[in-house]
Amino acid sequence: MAEFFEQTLQPHFNFWIYVILMMIGLWALIAKNNLIKKLIGMSIFQTAIILFYVSLGVKEDATIPILDPYGQAEHAAAEAEGAETEGEKKRDSYIGKKSPDPDTMANPLPHVLMLTAIVVGVATLGVALSIAQMIFKEFGSLEEDEILEIVKGGSVDD
Amino acid sequence: MTDQIPAILVLAPLFGAMIIGLAGQKDHRACFPVALVSLLVTLFASIGAIFTVIESGPIDYFMGGWEKPLGIGIHLRIDSLNVILLVAIAIVAVLVAIFSIRRIGDKNAEKTPHFYSLYLLLCVGLFGITIAGDAFNLFVLVEVSSLTSYGLIAMGSSRRGTLAAFNYVLMGTVGASFYLLGVGYLYLMTGSLNMQEIHSIFVANPDIASSKAVAISFILILIGIWIKMAFFPLYGWLPNAYSYCPSSSACILAPLMTKISVYVMIRVMISVFGLGWVFASPGYSNLVVWLAVIAILAGSMLALAQREIKKMLCYLIVAEVGYMVGGAWLADEQLWGLTGSLYHILADAAMTLCLFLAAGIFAKRFNAIEIDDLEGLFKKAPWTAAGFVVGALAMIGVPPTCGFFSKFYLIRGGIEANHWEYVIALLISSLVNAVLFFRIFEIAFFGVKPSEGHGHHEEEEAELKEEHHPEIPNWTGTSSLLVASAFVILLGIFNGKVVELIRVALEDLTVVAQRF
Repeated sequence: MAEFFEQTLQPHFNFWIYVILMMIGLWALIAKNNLIKKLIGMSIFQTAIILFYVSLGVKEDATIPILDPYGQAEHAAAEAEGAETEGEKKRDSYIGKKSPDPDTMANPLPHVLMLTAIVVGVATLGVALSIAQMIFKEFGSLEEDEILEIVKGGSVDD
Repeated sequence: MTDQIPAILVLAPLFGAMIIGLAGQKDHRACFPVALVSLLVTLFASIGAIFTVIESGPIDYFMGGWEKPLGIGIHLRIDSLNVILLVAIAIVAVLVAIFSIRRIGDKNAEKTPHFYSLYLLLCVGLFGITIAGDAFNLFVLVEVSSLTSYGLIAMGSSRRGTLAAFNYVLMGTVGASFYLLGVGYLYLMTGSLNMQEIHSIFVANPDIASSKAVAISFILILIGIWIKMAFFPLYGWLPNAYSYCPSSSACILAPLMTKISVYVMIRVMISVFGLGWVFASPGYSNLVVWLAVIAILAGSMLALAQREIKKMLCYLIVAEVGYMVGGAWLADEQLWGLTGSLYHILADAAMTLCLFLAAGIFAKRFNAIEIDDLEGLFKKAPWTAAGFVVGALAMIGVPPTCGFFSKFYLIRGGIEANHWEYVIALLISSLVNAVLFFRIFEIAFFGVKPSEGHGHHEEEEAELKEEHHPEIPNWTGTSSLLVASAFVILLGIFNGKVVELIRVALEDLTVVAQRF
């Protein structure tokens, strides 16, 4: 059991969680009767993928991926001296020389992609909720079985 | 100027949609001209793109000048494969816009700006999908087109349309999420999102290309796209969504959405993974061809069981998607199957447009929703009926129309690849189409079977209904229908030219793609 934990579960912990979350979402999407609960399932499903992407960008002991023209030590020194003009000079001299080591940075690209995916998800949820509202206005219910009964009852299609 | 074509294709409808959103609030009559102008701009741009691509090769466009190696950026690429599709999308969009002039404006003037801005945004998505050169951009653009199509479907007055739109939202989102997940695995393995970059990394590192994660990503991407294109086991959302939505929405969605998804599948197979990789193990391609066979047969059988015209057409779309997927996966030496399926994307767009336009006109003018309601319509609306007949003959596969030639190429591919089950399925499906449409012709020419006996009465009723809408000028709808049917025939007559273009494109691409 401990072996399983150390070799299989722990190194891929995020990935296990994303698969579990995804399955929860898919289950809610398929099995739930209430339309809003289906939408919650859909959201969980999308969020699981966001977790997957964010996990791709993570490295151990990595810093934030921002280009630092001073370098950290120089930055502290320049601040201690309090000389702005000198600092600007130093910055000019460092630009281009001190490219930061990408190995020490977390990968920002998946996070950026997920900002877009979050926006897409929000838009989808908005459209879906407004359609759910229309359904409630027209059928007077959000329970799928009741709606299907009304549809099959033939009193539809105005 | 020609360098900017990819940007123009996406931006012209986008700005059109914004202008409509603002100006349409004051006066809904301003909507249609703006929409038409921006669509005509895209039409001219795409025709210009054809000449540019034939003369000087693919057009690459990097939005904001962020070039490939940086990993993220918007890469638009027009090559000889997608340039024909661009023209097809632009033509369909213009024709349906003309068809929709009075249809949208009549009853609900306040919805007109909403309809046209969604319509243009849908075009943004479709053009974007076609020219996207980046796997993640493709996801975003697929979602742009899907979100707008949810809106377009839910706009109708039918309650079942709203319900169908809701189901479509759920299915469509799952599909897009699977695609996104697949792209994630691709990024994990290659560190790039650009299609060309990914492909060159695969070519350079066969061990990456043969890893399990890449195989998984391909399967996830395929499932995602199959949901979007309503491939057989995943087609559940399509029939209700397309048959209960407003006919203008159905006319733009039915010819384009599923076909563009087929194109995405082919693009991913060729440009990202490479045909050599995809067809490396024949077991999988045989499996997909069998799935396509089931899709063709099931779609045709389900179409036989329908009584409503539009529902029947929707199930025929399911069968046609089977044609295209099967053709793309035939994996014959000369790639005739793939050629046929690319040609069928165009042909099917034209004939589906024809049939849906005709069904829309029948439904609006004569209230003919079910097949039996079509009685005697050949006399009352000869032009519309003529357009319908052309579309139907193309669906059956009668020689001068494009449907015959696409089936010809698909069958040739099937024979060369020794997939006889696919050939037989195509022939059975053609027979079923013949049965379906000749039943309709019979009813429309000679009336319902005498045993039902209320023919004369219904005729009177239909005349009354016609008098109910005297203000509807039928020339807009009918003329776009006639232009569409002209395209069905022209595409058939000039099939040699189109196929030559496709062959050139495939040779260009597969020379690069098969070097494994």
